[in-house]
Amino acid sequence: MRVALFLTCVNDTLYPDTGKQVLKLLTRLGVEVDFPAAQTCCGQAHYNTGYRHEAEPLARHFSDVFGEFDAIVTPSGSCGAMVRELYPRMGERARAEGRGGELAAALAPVVPKTYELTEFLVDVLGVTDVGAHYPHRVTYHPTCHGLRSLGLGDRPRRLLEAVGGLELLELPGAEECCGFGGTFSVKNPDVSAAMGEDKVRNAVSTGAEVLCAADNSCLMHIGGTMSRLRVGVRPVHIAEILASTERETA
Amino acid sequence: MSGPVNSRDRILGRVRRALADVREEPGGELPYADAVPRAYLREHGDRTPAETVDLLAANLADYRARVHRCTEDDLPSLLARLLREHGSASLLVPPGLEPGWLAETDVERVEDRAESTPYDLDRVDSVLTGCAVAVAETGTLVLDGGPDQGRRRITLVPDHHICVVRVPEQVVSSVPRALDRLSPGRPLTWISGPSATSDIELDRVEGVHGPRTLEVVLLG
Amino acid sequence: MTIGTGGNAGPTFVGMPAVPTPAFPEAARTAVADPVLRGNLRHATHTIRAKRAAAVAELADWAELREAGRLIKDHTLRHLDTYLVRLEESVTAAGGIVHWAADADEANRIVADLVKATGESEVVKVKSMATQEIGLNEALEAEGIHAYETDLAELIVQLGDDRPSHILVPAIHRNRGEIRDIFRTRMASWGRPAPEDLTDRPAELAEAARLHLREKFLRAKVGVSGANFMVAETGTLVVVESEGNGRMCLTLPETLISVVGIEKIVPTWRDLEVFLQTLPRSSTAERMNPYTSMWTGTTDGDGPRVFHLVLLDNGRTDTLADRVGRQALRCIRCSACLNVCPVYERAGGHAYGSVYPGPIGAILSPQLRGTASEIDASLPYASSLCGACYDVCPVAIDIPEVLVHLRERVVQGGEAVRAGGKVVLRPAKGHAAERAAMRAARLALTHPGALRAGQRLASRTRRFHPRTLPGPGRAWTATRDLPPLPPEPFRDWWQRTNGGKDGAR
Repeated sequence: MRVALFLTCVNDTLYPDTGKQVLKLLTRLGVEVDFPAAQTCCGQAHYNTGYRHEAEPLARHFSDVFGEFDAIVTPSGSCGAMVRELYPRMGERARAEGRGGELAAALAPVVPKTYELTEFLVDVLGVTDVGAHYPHRVTYHPTCHGLRSLGLGDRPRRLLEAVGGLELLELPGAEECCGFGGTFSVKNPDVSAAMGEDKVRNAVSTGAEVLCAADNSCLMHIGGTMSRLRVGVRPVHIAEILASTERETA
Repeated sequence: MSGPVNSRDRILGRVRRALADVREEPGGELPYADAVPRAYLREHGDRTPAETVDLLAANLADYRARVHRCTEDDLPSLLARLLREHGSASLLVPPGLEPGWLAETDVERVEDRAESTPYDLDRVDSVLTGCAVAVAETGTLVLDGGPDQGRRRITLVPDHHICVVRVPEQVVSSVPRALDRLSPGRPLTWISGPSATSDIELDRVEGVHGPRTLEVVLLG
Repeated sequence: MTIGTGGNAGPTFVGMPAVPTPAFPEAARTAVADPVLRGNLRHATHTIRAKRAAAVAELADWAELREAGRLIKDHTLRHLDTYLVRLEESVTAAGGIVHWAADADEANRIVADLVKATGESEVVKVKSMATQEIGLNEALEAEGIHAYETDLAELIVQLGDDRPSHILVPAIHRNRGEIRDIFRTRMASWGRPAPEDLTDRPAELAEAARLHLREKFLRAKVGVSGANFMVAETGTLVVVESEGNGRMCLTLPETLISVVGIEKIVPTWRDLEVFLQTLPRSSTAERMNPYTSMWTGTTDGDGPRVFHLVLLDNGRTDTLADRVGRQALRCIRCSACLNVCPVYERAGGHAYGSVYPGPIGAILSPQLRGTASEIDASLPYASSLCGACYDVCPVAIDIPEVLVHLRERVVQGGEAVRAGGKVVLRPAKGHAAERAAMRAARLALTHPGALRAGQRLASRTRRFHPRTLPGPGRAWTATRDLPPLPPEPFRDWWQRTNGGKDGAR
């Protein structure tokens, strides 16, 4: 099986360590991962802000870059949802606009092969215990697109529960949006900040050291709020926890 | 200038133009019966008739209706007691109510007349009716203006409503079963508990404009 | 008089098009900063959320009911002309009189003329979104006709000279103490005063409303309502309510006038079995609401002798013309999407500048009114696209999909239908810089080399990056710190270390 890492433009630029953790985790599980250097961005920010026509070339580029792989793994629920849910919709819209089925056909190959990281682990590799060790109190925030668009369900939770030394604490209002929402965070900064502050308050109330999620975009917003509010909870991508082993923490 | 006729044509024309893409779709349309697959349940759960009546009683009580059960023989004394306990001096009576039901009460009977005004009804303490059908899953009574129920206003203006349900024959399990039994040509009132509101902080409070006390007698 | 701080007891809302309202972000800023309003909304929405989830969980076939509801509404919309004509025939055959109103002005004129023809100068009203939408009360007032709202929350809004902020509970922004103050100070000037010793207990407040309104019900000769459903095959109208004020208005007056949006049709009697299960559970989280009234034309000796039905377009056919946006017309006004929405919970209903607030309002108002005004152009962005609204919608309206579609209309313009005619919309003002940035980003991102050059430049200059940004970036850094930039992007690390195989970190 040829597996490609679709890291996403945000992670590539701002969170390269997440890429390294995914690589380390998958390598430990015996998966050889390629990072096609031509990859850029799935087009989600364009699409969701109303620039569907600008997103189309990016989607085509994505399909060109990743089409040859058997599986495309991404450590981002929202970018995964862009490919899986919105690429087919872009194809349908092009067809409805009288542009034929060409775009739909161009994007179709990557849609079923794209997996969010925890999906790939649980559904494709069939593992929930990835041999990780992370002796910390952790609370988990299910990000909206992972939860509702991809339907990740309890996969992240099952993975976290199997991590050695990890104490999983229930996050109140877990399924409520953190307030990031891409350009929403700057177009509606007051509401976005209020949502983020409530999310941080809930995380603090659990007594956790770490708030974990499977999407760095949301974590950038939550973490930026935590940093500003000077609370003692750290934002951590789930890949870092799953990649961590006893040897390192000992 | 757009009179009613013009606006009718204008709106229908707009609708037809708006749906141009639908008309162009290949394959045409399924007849309505096939267009909507109804995979939902006709009723929820598997119950004996007695269990269905129990569920009705439980759901009525859950929404603060007072539920009583009795036999035909005991009904007159039960009704007399309920009226006495409520302190009612007068009772609205629909035209087709079984006269025997009131054999043991000396409360003043008030007949609903065509010329009765809302003010007249407002002076009566209680109203006693039968019903058309009762829905167990939702704790609902449906009145259809039959002779033992009277017109809609009599169960609305007085503050105390006693409704007699013949069990198990007037009880259905579910909303779909209830609609099967009802005639759309009749004015229908579905009643689930006493009047209530959620308008203050989205929390339910019983007792606004309709009868604040709803008593249901399950007769069987 | 001061009643809390949450009310913005501003000018009375005059229906659509909206009174000038600032764009959503500005309107929301005031609400977010109002602790009383935040507390009221948080308390109310969190109360109903948990209850709704429990009420829905009781039905094992919820998903099937939701799907049937979606299909019934879609089928109806796709044959709306047929069903409108069928409805007109059956209502007429049952003794009703059908009127057609292309817009708010026409509907208001029809109703005002019908009331005047009865010789009456007051009407009692059941809560109705359609009559709120067209600003009927204000239009009637201008003709010397007093319209009394009889729903408890509408009464609170009317007495407080306030605006509705929720579809189901228009006074959701008021807490019990504020409601008591409004009743104490305002009831006397509208009729029977509130009891001297009125407290803020909800049961006492409800009792005060009962006493205040009873005299109006008993003397009313004309009732005005909307409807939740109209059955085409039978001509039956359905009003779903809780308090009994609906029954009062529908049965005691001699004349009943119902103003109903053309999308409220269902084809058959049987279709009610779906919505009478999904609406109450989605709306008030009850197995069944206390009262549902169904009437078909007029009935001898029972209820109004004269029944008028005013079928309202007012932008609905324009919405129907949009193949993505038309799904908004499936809405049955349950308000589950408002109650679950994290943006609504913090911004409050008034920020949406419409009688339709919340997620459904954010897709309905810009379609019914167009996207020309500042508020309407900002509404499609009043969402983080979290999708909670779609999850709870009992007719499966994909609100995020329509929001994104309307964003596209705002920034890119294009064809749309307004007042029945095709128009080509220009891109909205104020998005030029964003449009240029999006285009530049797209150009860079389709060329990995350009992306890499940008990343490297950023990394190399990272020591000089400020923690707070000027200009538009301040929207982020006012409340959130920026993440530190890494020394190199992942792609450089991958290349430098041969995919990590060379051991370097």
